[in-house]
Amino acid sequence: MSPEKHKDRPVVLVTGISGNLGRTLTKLLHRSERIVGIDRRPFIGAPKDVEVFQIDLRKKKAEDVFRRFSVKAVIHMGIMHDPRMSQEEHHAFNVVGTTRILDACARQGVKKVVVLSSANVYGPSPDNSNFLTEDAPLMAASRFSEVRDLIEVDMLAHGFFWRHPELETVILRPVHILGPTIKNAPSNYLRLRHPWMLAGFDPMVQLIHQEDAARAMVEALTPGLRGVYNVVGPGEVPLSSVFRELGRTPIPVPHVIARPLLSVLFRYRLAEFPPPELDHIQFLCNVDGSAWVRDVHWEPRFSMRETIHSVDPEAPLVRLPAAPA
Amino acid sequence: MLETLADDVKRSLRSWTDSLAGRERAVALRTLERPANEFGVDRFGFDADYLLAAAAPLIWLYKNYFRVETHGIEKVPEGRVLLVSNHGGQIPIDGAMVGVAMLLEANPPRAVRSMTEKWAATLPFISTIFARSGQIVGTPENCRRLLDEDEAVLVFPEGVRGISKLWPQRYQLQDFGLGFMRLALETNAPIVPVAVIGAEEQAPAVLNLKPLGKLIGFPALPLTLTPLPLPTKYRIYFGDALHFTGPADDEDVELDKKVRVVKSAIQALLQQGLEERKNVFW
Repeated sequence: MSPEKHKDRPVVLVTGISGNLGRTLTKLLHRSERIVGIDRRPFIGAPKDVEVFQIDLRKKKAEDVFRRFSVKAVIHMGIMHDPRMSQEEHHAFNVVGTTRILDACARQGVKKVVVLSSANVYGPSPDNSNFLTEDAPLMAASRFSEVRDLIEVDMLAHGFFWRHPELETVILRPVHILGPTIKNAPSNYLRLRHPWMLAGFDPMVQLIHQEDAARAMVEALTPGLRGVYNVVGPGEVPLSSVFRELGRTPIPVPHVIARPLLSVLFRYRLAEFPPPELDHIQFLCNVDGSAWVRDVHWEPRFSMRETIHSVDPEAPLVRLPAAPA
Repeated sequence: MLETLADDVKRSLRSWTDSLAGRERAVALRTLERPANEFGVDRFGFDADYLLAAAAPLIWLYKNYFRVETHGIEKVPEGRVLLVSNHGGQIPIDGAMVGVAMLLEANPPRAVRSMTEKWAATLPFISTIFARSGQIVGTPENCRRLLDEDEAVLVFPEGVRGISKLWPQRYQLQDFGLGFMRLALETNAPIVPVAVIGAEEQAPAVLNLKPLGKLIGFPALPLTLTPLPLPTKYRIYFGDALHFTGPADDEDVELDKKVRVVKSAIQALLQQGLEERKNVFW
């Protein structure tokens, strides 16, 4: 291929490429697609065929990237989740960044837009059905106001989906992503040496391996596919079984004292989890991923045990007791 | 250590169930085991083995305390079915006894999935025990899913209004919601009316301190005259299966007509049961 031709080759633009999930996605995709990335953070050790622009999504320069290349698809995962970051900064980065990216896609006529949201937008609650479908209301902020920018991002993408029927917008809402390099709240929680559980609560949780989550984003590039999809991994598992699998003994903490206690620990930086996260280990927030299975013939590659162990490859593989006959 | 303790307790409860049920029934109960994942639960968090362990004390109550008499259980059809029952007695023993009846007396035994109050999901231990034994928060989506999977679903359309009835209202059916009828029409599930007699006298209450209950997060707070449920004799009547047809999104007036058919069927069974019995306690 001549260098001139290579220059014209349409690209998949990935925002937030330097994060751990972005790197996983790059590894999966860069051999079949030409990738251009945007991130504030440097991508150290990026594959040679991947060009990364170290820019803030909110800056004008971000749109220049769209002009410079022929962008055939955007995967927008430049969404920040950091409970320690100020509310204002969080909100500005996620909401303004998403708005800018979506505007640029519309102006530059990008055919395919994939936005990585999360199944957490529904929010855990005692009122939840066991499996929430894509049309369930996004209630996460009603009990945890700090996540309202993540809901706003999802809704922005949703609005964009309806306003631009000529573009293929795909909004993915994967369940808790786990992986060896992932540092989100669920992975960090499962890595704790002395994790808490709320005494008497053992909700079913849904987990997905980082590579499966990245594969879902690749699947979303399938021509013709558009819509909002819950993405489920290898299924559901009781939280207690996850710890049993990892060989940890959680500390049962009564829920009435867990919240005030955690809020003190969080304030003094002795814990990394804001208290409303406790809802995730008390109530259900599981989704129905059947639409995604139907439309892309989705099958996760990682089993539940492999997914669980991915957060801590060092954990001794505990044999499950055989089911009684 | 706690885990092994829990496993031991579970195992001994399970053998208690088997011995209470008798050898033949214990074998039949094993047919309830169903495909579960490698962690022993289905996707709702239901574990048939757990149910059979947790049922042991309830089976004991069924046989020895409430001495339950069951009539017409053979009328419950195979496959998906909505069991619709009256509700009373301050704590949902009526639901448990219908569940035990379906385990012990139905052929083949069936694991009833009750639609529980959302409040139950906020309670420690209760929420977990309910989920593992197949009792699920009563949302329309959950009910639809279970019926689509051909389960026997138990609903109490009276809800909290029913369970917290005061003494003078016993066996008077309170307002029925319409939701169960919509679901039955949508999933084409037959409805079996169920009347439970005995439950509504087990814990006489004369006063419902609802506002105070609200303060502590309880949906109702009836003051009962006895600290423990009385050993009333339970009689459970299953009626003939009712089949309804029509659009599920019909107007409320139309649905209400169908709901009234179910309600009067239950009321008739209640009447029959109350006339047939000679005494509340035996």
